[in-house]
Amino acid sequence: MKRRKFDLAATPGKAAAGVDDRFAVATPLRKLLNKVFPDHWSFLLGEIALFSFVVLLLTGVFLTFFFEPAMTEVVYDGSYAPLQGTPMSAAYASSLDISFDVRGGLVMRQMHHWAALLFMAAIVVHMLRIFFTGAFRKPRETNWIIGSLLFWVGFLAGFTGYSLPDDGLSGTGLRIASAIMLSIPVIGSWVTSSIFGGEFPGTIIISRFFIAHVLLIPGLLVALISVHLGLVFTQKHTQWPGPGRTNNNVVGERMFPRYALKQGGFFMVVFGVIALMGGLFQINPIWLFGPYEAWVVSAASQPDWYVMFLDGSTRLMPAWEISIPLGDGYVIPPLFWPTVVLPGILVGLSTMYPFLEARQRKDYRSHNLLERPRDAPARTAVGAMAVAFYIVLTLSGANDVIADKFQISLNAMTWAGRIGLLVAPPLAYYVTYRLCLGLQQHDREVLAHGVETGIIRRMPDGRFVEVHQPLSASNGHADGHGQLDYVGWVVPKKMNRLGALGPAIRGFFYPIEKPVEAPVSPGHPPVEARPEREEVGSGESRH
Amino acid sequence: MSPHTEHQASQGREPLDVNDPRLTRFDIVREGAHRDDIEIVHYEPQVLPGTKAERRLTRVVAGFFLITGLAATAFLAIYIWWPWQYEPGRGGDKFYTPLLGLTLGVALLAVGFGILTWGKKLLPKEVSIQDRHEGQVDKESRTITGQTMLYMADELGVKRRPLLGISLLAGLAPVAAVAAAPLVGGLISQPHKNNQMFTTGFAMPEGGQRIRLVREDGRPIRPADISTGGQLTVFPGIDHGVSNKHADSPTLLIHLRDSDAQESRRANERIGHGDYMWGNYAAFSKICTHAGCPASLFEQQTNRLLCPCHQSQFLITDNARPIFGPASRRLPQLPIEVDSEGFFVAKSDYTETVGPDFWERP
Repeated sequence: MKRRKFDLAATPGKAAAGVDDRFAVATPLRKLLNKVFPDHWSFLLGEIALFSFVVLLLTGVFLTFFFEPAMTEVVYDGSYAPLQGTPMSAAYASSLDISFDVRGGLVMRQMHHWAALLFMAAIVVHMLRIFFTGAFRKPRETNWIIGSLLFWVGFLAGFTGYSLPDDGLSGTGLRIASAIMLSIPVIGSWVTSSIFGGEFPGTIIISRFFIAHVLLIPGLLVALISVHLGLVFTQKHTQWPGPGRTNNNVVGERMFPRYALKQGGFFMVVFGVIALMGGLFQINPIWLFGPYEAWVVSAASQPDWYVMFLDGSTRLMPAWEISIPLGDGYVIPPLFWPTVVLPGILVGLSTMYPFLEARQRKDYRSHNLLERPRDAPARTAVGAMAVAFYIVLTLSGANDVIADKFQISLNAMTWAGRIGLLVAPPLAYYVTYRLCLGLQQHDREVLAHGVETGIIRRMPDGRFVEVHQPLSASNGHADGHGQLDYVGWVVPKKMNRLGALGPAIRGFFYPIEKPVEAPVSPGHPPVEARPEREEVGSGESRH
Repeated sequence: MSPHTEHQASQGREPLDVNDPRLTRFDIVREGAHRDDIEIVHYEPQVLPGTKAERRLTRVVAGFFLITGLAATAFLAIYIWWPWQYEPGRGGDKFYTPLLGLTLGVALLAVGFGILTWGKKLLPKEVSIQDRHEGQVDKESRTITGQTMLYMADELGVKRRPLLGISLLAGLAPVAAVAAAPLVGGLISQPHKNNQMFTTGFAMPEGGQRIRLVREDGRPIRPADISTGGQLTVFPGIDHGVSNKHADSPTLLIHLRDSDAQESRRANERIGHGDYMWGNYAAFSKICTHAGCPASLFEQQTNRLLCPCHQSQFLITDNARPIFGPASRRLPQLPIEVDSEGFFVAKSDYTETVGPDFWERP
């Protein structure tokens, strides 16, 4: 009998050819495998958010198997003894069951909560990175807007999520949310009663929040994240200035295999950290809060951290009520301003910022090179101002805890917040602006005169001067120093940083050294790119 | 020559014949990169094959993967055999969740570090430069696409036949409304049904009895039940009065000291609420007029009531006027008296709107 020849080694090749015959994937796949990504640690912050989101989806699906989104009153008979026999909503009872009667349920619940906190934190830190390096400039304005929206959609996801267990703390948060909706002029009461299905709390809000939290909002998040990543992919990532890097290229690694491996490893690390936190650090111990009862609250009722700034703005708001004496009289309650108007302004300002800045700088070019924060003092100062504003609000969101722990008067804390909110941002602007200018100045000084060596020399006439190590060989300047241009990247400031300038490209096939687009900063004339970049030498004379 | 010009030059050169048997695999990789406008300018193995360094790094990566296996096995063992059911007091179940998190975390971290070490230390380092084609927008293509779209508009002839466009818009507008109608219509709920925003559980049913004030357990309250300076959260003595169904009804019944009670009465009279108190007892809504939290921290010495959510403070002896914080409206007062059996009752419902403010609150 003649056996059919079967060549095992050729099978994958044959299969691949078969796939390519049908789907013509070879060229797009090659492009994908070859795509070059620039590498810098700060480019990984957004990844943390992405990976946390994946963990959120995984743990969230697990939780839906056991959670019962209903406000039906039940009497708890689970294994947590202190609450046995207590009437409560089915939602709260099933959340307790997840914590006590589902094997491994608590670790999943805590991982879900920690992943949510990390998701929001990574979004904020990533956003700061994008802002302070100018990565939002043309052509990436759309992605900046999507990113800002992701914060607010994440905010909603978080709020609807931690409202679901219907415990004492989250119910209070829900109560405040209903009051916020009520405060909207003209339509407030209609909005509230439509969302809650009648007067607060009604019997349907938990199931409505549930479908929003597990379907509508995650769907929106997935859509926004997909577009966000797709745009990063097609527009190609920004990069820091440096040797060989221009506005028209991407210097880095091809995506496969090394870059992809590093991403995969990083995902596992993020996942691992969330698992550790979920197991070792308690979060939202709902069994201590008891079921939601409209008449019970305790001090130190704080929301999750990303909601705290709104809590703070609400606490700081003076009791300014606007009465409109028409007919029976109408009211705009003070709650409306810090909780509806303020977020509205924040969304508007943050989404408009790229366009405002382009207009102010009259700069409508495309930018693929990042700017160091010091090279854009106005932007950095505006960012510092926003951060100061946010920090004052967030601290004020915990001002009762601070007052308690540090034995400060609560009212003094409120006043400190009110004054701080007005004083801190301009102060932050001024200080940051001066710092940026100072850092710029020092960069130029080092480029012109060299690195401070710490060696003091006594001159023949008795003066003492510090010896500077020039960064370039002399090129005929009167003082014997060479002149280097600032290229928007780190200038060595210490002797032991010499030669450690950024990612050094030694050039395997040929040396690559090319000047890059020098950023224009106020106070300094635009620097002309030089045809050839000087070699960064030891400074020893070579004539 | 600068690398950029070199790179540009490379685009112009003849593509390699990838079937040339003399080419190495890496030559083909570079050729592929070239075709994607990528120049691999630096490619250098970090460890040489067969060296001590390579063997050491291999062992490190393998070690990480084995730790993962161990930790994951430990996770499974703990998951299955560790006592996990909650027991009050000091049970081993206290360590169940931490141990699961620890083993899972270690397993994931070890596999992560293993992969990272593999990628970062064992794989060759490279620097590649890819062209962005920035600013090289294909003007011609733009023109063609633009003209194609304009031609499509011409074909449709909306400009020549404006009636089509207008009638289409007129036809589609209600269709959009049709999509929104069930959603809006289903969700919308009249906020003033049964005057619900202006009434609480203390509202007397028609021709009915005055509503008693009851404790959380449903028992009615006699004046002697509250000591001087004390306070008690009370509820309407109706069906489901002590539940979230009547979330706007919880009330704080306060037994004021003599001097404070006199002050309160005077304040009551100033605003025409002269008969709202009964003896030295006054009852105020517990639902903060700011955001609806229960304003529940009563400071006996100063007669202030503080809402822990946003720190609004109300001076009880001055009709619960807000004296600090974001609240702008006083807490409504419940008119109370004692019925023939000696229990507290509400004379009527609240005469002011209870709870957070809204637009049409008179």
